[in-house]
Amino acid sequence: MIRILRQILRTGIVTEPLPSAVEEEIRRTGTELKKAISKHFRRSLTIRQVDAGSCNGCELEIHAINNSFYNCERFGIHFTPSPRFADMLLVTGPVSRNMEIALRRTYNATPTPKLVVAVGDCGCNGGIFGESYASLGGIDKVLPVDMQVPGCPPTPLALLNGILTAVDGYPGRKS
Amino acid sequence: MSMLSDALTAALGADLRPGIWPDVRPGARPDIRFESGQRPLSVVCCTLPKEKFAEAARILKKAYALLAAEWAADETPFGKGFAVFACYRWGKEYFIVKSELPADDLRFPSLTKKFLPAYRFERQMQSLMGVVPVGHPDLRPWIKFEDWPQDSFPLRKSFDATKPMPRVVGDYQWLRAAGQGVYEIPVGPVHAGIIEPGHFRFQAVGEMVINLEERLGYVHKGIEKKFESLSWRDGVRLAGRVSGDSTVAHSITYSMAVESLAGLPSGLSGSADPAGYSIPQRAHWIRALFLERERIANHLGDIGAICNDAAFAFMLYQCSRLREMMLRTNHRLFGHRFIMDRVVPGGVTADIDAAGKEEILSELEFISRDFEKLVVIFDESSSLEDRVRGTGILKPAKARELCVVGIVARASGMNLDCRIFNPFPPYDEYDRLELDVPVKISGDVHARTYVRIEEVRESIRIIRYILENLPDGPIVSDLGVPSPGTAGFAAVEGWRGEIIYWLQAGPNGEINRCMVRDPSSINWLGLEQAIPGNIVPDFPLCNKSFNQSYSGHDL
Ligand code: SF4
Repeated sequence: MIRILRQILRTGIVTEPLPSAVEEEIRRTGTELKKAISKHFRRSLTIRQVDAGSCNGCELEIHAINNSFYNCERFGIHFTPSPRFADMLLVTGPVSRNMEIALRRTYNATPTPKLVVAVGDCGCNGGIFGESYASLGGIDKVLPVDMQVPGCPPTPLALLNGILTAVDGYPGRKS
Repeated sequence: MSMLSDALTAALGADLRPGIWPDVRPGARPDIRFESGQRPLSVVCCTLPKEKFAEAARILKKAYALLAAEWAADETPFGKGFAVFACYRWGKEYFIVKSELPADDLRFPSLTKKFLPAYRFERQMQSLMGVVPVGHPDLRPWIKFEDWPQDSFPLRKSFDATKPMPRVVGDYQWLRAAGQGVYEIPVGPVHAGIIEPGHFRFQAVGEMVINLEERLGYVHKGIEKKFESLSWRDGVRLAGRVSGDSTVAHSITYSMAVESLAGLPSGLSGSADPAGYSIPQRAHWIRALFLERERIANHLGDIGAICNDAAFAFMLYQCSRLREMMLRTNHRLFGHRFIMDRVVPGGVTADIDAAGKEEILSELEFISRDFEKLVVIFDESSSLEDRVRGTGILKPAKARELCVVGIVARASGMNLDCRIFNPFPPYDEYDRLELDVPVKISGDVHARTYVRIEEVRESIRIIRYILENLPDGPIVSDLGVPSPGTAGFAAVEGWRGEIIYWLQAGPNGEINRCMVRDPSSINWLGLEQAIPGNIVPDFPLCNKSFNQSYSGHDL
């Protein structure tokens, strides 16, 4: 136990302020975000992540926004195991044909109002997998998408920024 | 040291030894043909009549072979029918047995009763290519879901992959357990965490699982088919996205398979160049550097996640911190956090300079110091040990029967590692590199974690060695064009285990077939076998300790 405590103390807090360019954008969305999150999401945004055929690259980066460097919880963002509790679906992959039904069901199980963020080049337009017998070619082929975060995979900062922007645009986007 | 070809040579009476140029090969028999287009020359491919397909398996099993892969190819562009292939491995040797099937009779003898991994391979071959394994005990489709039209076989040339496929009504027959107190828990495809999709069905009595059935295929994206529409050069981008966590390993394997076809200096004959690859030394070494960095980053993530699933979140945060530091260094030095798209056929596209070396060395210094502290904490946490020891055991005998590979195999007593048995430079400098492959025999979660821990240490050492001895020179070279009808092969040890690519050039020199064998294609069977007897709440822990790729399996 003493070793654990010592390691924790030695590590200290590694969460960092975001680099200026990103921080600028986030500051810009910051006030709106606070308003939007507290108004619509009771100060916390709950995300259900759905892999709709990704290569797992995007998942790794979504994991990374949970690590102590990015620490997404400081923005009131956290991930939930059940779509029933979710405000936002964070969807990766080009939507494989075999996942289409599960994706639709997850969407339907999420209470309205809800946001859908398409993650990665695959999520945006099918990426390298494109459209084929097995791949539908992007989340917007199946669900209404509020925000796209391109990149292969998008960096954790791009992801955070995308999520925050989606929330920022929220009030005007959906009835 | 070519046990497999010796065994077959003895049993069938035809000279099937590797490393000899085909035209000088004596002892030809009309029904047994040596495939002269198979590269590299260290890998032998021979064609047997299909009646002998299973007999060869029996002979090779006696010679202690493991089944590495089984697949089918559509050879109609060559004016032939279909072909089935089985790739066996023993030690350093890879041996491919091929049988041709006429287009009007696609049956071939199943290998499942001799080699268990054929169970899934053959279901998949039947589902996607429509060849029929006779004698297979369970021919439910695999990857092909019940709502696919029954007559759609995407890997056939006649199948138009660009069109969406209609959905039909169908039903999947699950295995069932009956009896007093038996109940079923279906899980997935959408799981609780941030994880890929797959479906698991547990039959349980009380808390104890008595059977687990996996159902995968949810992330099938038609990758193998897609390769056929790409050029050799562009294929590497797709290979790098078969399984995003192993992007380096997959792109190296693909590139080496292409190089085995296109990199061979022309006019060479008589003696065999076992490697057959002619890319700059420095490129090989930088690939190894990328590969070991990928291994450390993923192992760190896994060790943290395994502990987290045993309710020890401290390790998760500590390990992901180290992992994040490595990814950032990757980004700074090589331009991508996972080093995606930096390996291409012919070499690599990112180099390292003296400052970069310094940066990596000092980063390793830091990581290894912190990592060792974490290992002590891991070792001393009795509550953690209680969860990981004796949980999810894959017994060595079972592991061998299933022919598992990589970390899973090494945690269950199998000494397999392509870095030793099928090395590319610098791994071929055994005596200087002194690569130590950790092998555990307990086969439980603890063993799989510990194999990772020791591999992190080894990889750190290897990276230091690479940086100290990195040869100078160019990092990329031109490649020739694969000649029609040839086939390339490569096997590389990714962080999960052995990855295999087999590439066949079509009549116009294009990609006719690209077979991808991710370690997950085999190792998922290991998970299924390791679960019964465990309690349901331990499943996430066991699953994490295997951490197989869904995408790499479903392709
Ligand atoms: S965008 Fe790139 S990293 Fe993300 S799932 Fe697609 S291929 Fe993988």
